[in-house]
Amino acid sequence: MQIRKKGKKEVPPVSTASLPDIVFMLLFFFMVTTVMRETSLKVTHVIPKAKEVAKLERKSLVAYIHIGPPLKPLQSIYGTEPRIQLDDAFALPSDIPTFVESVKSQTDEAEVPLLTYSLKVDAKTKMGIVVDVKQELRKANALKINYSTSKAIDKASR
Amino acid sequence: MARSKRQIQEINAGSMADIAFLLLIFFLVTTTMDVDTGLMRVLPPPILEDVPPPPPVKMRNVFVVLANSQDYLLVENDYMQVEDLKDAAKEFIIGKPGNPGDERFPEFKASQDPLIVKYFGPNYPISKQIISLQNDRGTSYQLYIAIQDQLAAAYSEARNDVAINKFGKTYNELKDSKSAVDNDKAKAIRALIPQRISEAEPKEIGG
Repeated sequence: MQIRKKGKKEVPPVSTASLPDIVFMLLFFFMVTTVMRETSLKVTHVIPKAKEVAKLERKSLVAYIHIGPPLKPLQSIYGTEPRIQLDDAFALPSDIPTFVESVKSQTDEAEVPLLTYSLKVDAKTKMGIVVDVKQELRKANALKINYSTSKAIDKASR
Repeated sequence: MARSKRQIQEINAGSMADIAFLLLIFFLVTTTMDVDTGLMRVLPPPILEDVPPPPPVKMRNVFVVLANSQDYLLVENDYMQVEDLKDAAKEFIIGKPGNPGDERFPEFKASQDPLIVKYFGPNYPISKQIISLQNDRGTSYQLYIAIQDQLAAAYSEARNDVAINKFGKTYNELKDSKSAVDNDKAKAIRALIPQRISEAEPKEIGG
């Protein structure tokens, strides 16, 4: 019995009509998950690794303090020593209270106690500058801090 | 007439994919997928002038960790590697409840905390442990984070031991559980082994 028809048979081309749909799906995924960068980094940091890390929730309630050596093109002006970056500019430890106040004033009053200050510090930085920043944060009553670390993959134990 | 027969011409949607691709690539480039993780700490409130200094703590109850500018670690007057800090700290945190005379470990006091009484019975001994961490201005941030990580690990392991022995679940399972009873148990464990890491006012130790 012959089921198939005899004669010329060509493979039909794959329909690309659903391609836009697939691409749109991906597009929406990225549109929803994306968080636009608010500041452009002027310092570099390689963040240290740790095992006992916790996730930072509610990114709107996190203020970042970056510490690290300035980017290569800026090194001729600012040197290679680690510097503090608040928002978009280099700063001194004495600028931190002002920064804390501006962060607090931008936040809903009820949520001010939930504000977290995330310290993104280069692993090779000396503690001196970090200690200065911490002291200023204490003075400004910004007590919830978070040492930004990436999760180390636990090989040895468990 | 020819017109009536003609159908409305469809808009060519072939370039739709291209447009979508363009947008997709834009969002792919601008997106940052990294989840922020880190070690959460609460700084001590600023020292007020008119508040009397806290009563002195017995040296026996303090586990002293010093880090100098050469990134060497001195723990309880002994040179130590960072990797060994967790076990040493854990041993100290748990202490020796059965042998309160041992001077190397902290003292104990009977607890009247209602949560501890509820789950562990009255007069359960609580260690008076404090971990004191002091670093130099020249210590590297990497070492500092490694120490903080090790100490946090020591506390979570000590808590886990109690949690598994007593409730058959890890501390994190209890803490993240949906049930209020489990959360209470986690609170009791937290009261039993409070995380006390004291950071001294910064000093120039040198070295």
